[in-house]
Amino acid sequence: MILEIVTPDEKIYSGEVKLVQVPGADGSFEVLKNHAPIISTLGKGKVKVVEEDDKEIFFEIDKGVIEVNKNKIILLAEKVL
Amino acid sequence: MANLKEIRSRMSSVKTTRQVTSAMKMVSAAKLRRAQEAIIRIRPYADKLHEILGNLSESLESQEDNPYSIDRGSKNILLITINSNRGLCGGFNANVNKQVLLLLENDFAQQVNSDNLDILAIGKNTYDFFRRHGYQITEKNKLYSNLDFEHVGPVVEHIMKDFANAKYDKVVLVYNEFKNAATQILQVEQLLPIVEKETETKKTSVDYLFEPSKTEIVQDLIPRSLKIQFYKALLDSHAAEHGARMTAMHQATDNATELLSSLKLQYNKARQASITNEILEIVSGAEALKG
Repeated sequence: MILEIVTPDEKIYSGEVKLVQVPGADGSFEVLKNHAPIISTLGKGKVKVVEEDDKEIFFEIDKGVIEVNKNKIILLAEKVL
Repeated sequence: MANLKEIRSRMSSVKTTRQVTSAMKMVSAAKLRRAQEAIIRIRPYADKLHEILGNLSESLESQEDNPYSIDRGSKNILLITINSNRGLCGGFNANVNKQVLLLLENDFAQQVNSDNLDILAIGKNTYDFFRRHGYQITEKNKLYSNLDFEHVGPVVEHIMKDFANAKYDKVVLVYNEFKNAATQILQVEQLLPIVEKETETKKTSVDYLFEPSKTEIVQDLIPRSLKIQFYKALLDSHAAEHGARMTAMHQATDNATELLSSLKLQYNKARQASITNEILEIVSGAEALKG
């Protein structure tokens, strides 16, 4: 899966990932390979990214929106702390 | 013929001016590059947001429950002007001021008379200009010292709140759009209520899941896209300012160089004339002694 994390001021992350966990507005959820297309707003919280080589990266975001479609994930965050 | 000393002092003053203008040009060029990068960075975000909103609104019929697209006519107006805090950038500031004056005298004359128009100036230049003309005006000049989304956000939120509370019925932006370093396009844009932009309706047949719900997502995204629109206008204007200053300073440097070369010619002519004069005096003096 390809993940892109973008804020209005810069592109924070871009790369191939295995798993993404995001703080959805209704509760945290995970996106794995072949996830169904989804659009969700995000609240404040941690984004966990697991890269191909099992390395875990964390981002702290405040408000955002995520779109998943055909193994392409776009995460627009208003602010990354 | 002007005397030598006069020309020399003029030359040195022109030289100093040229140094200043060429230094300002360099500084603007460097700042322009940074400002341009900021625009390029925001573009993917704005595009994606727009795309997601597009995907949503296709399947959403009722726009009425959105507080930011209610058209209440144009009784109370907020005019936001964006230009620079500093001068020496050609027609950059003057263009905005001229356009705003035009709007005040024509389109919004009625609101001005009934005192229903507020101006929010971003940039000292417009602020000073309209205060001199006796308009009521508020300012947000400090925005330029920290031009990032974190600081711009609250300003827009405030404006959106005023609109939602019906303090204003229409919010209009006047700013310079950045086209390239030499060209700025003056834009008059309606920020609120939201005007339906004509988007190419590429029918995405993707069946999205929505969390929490479509309406809630739209309500969350629309304010965000407004903020981005405003932020983008600011960044555009910022880049355009540096572009305009760079061009203006480039011209000033060229002019100074030209002036300097003509002064140099004048100086050399004067110098030669005075030498000829001296020789003439000596020679004629010697002649007189001989005779």
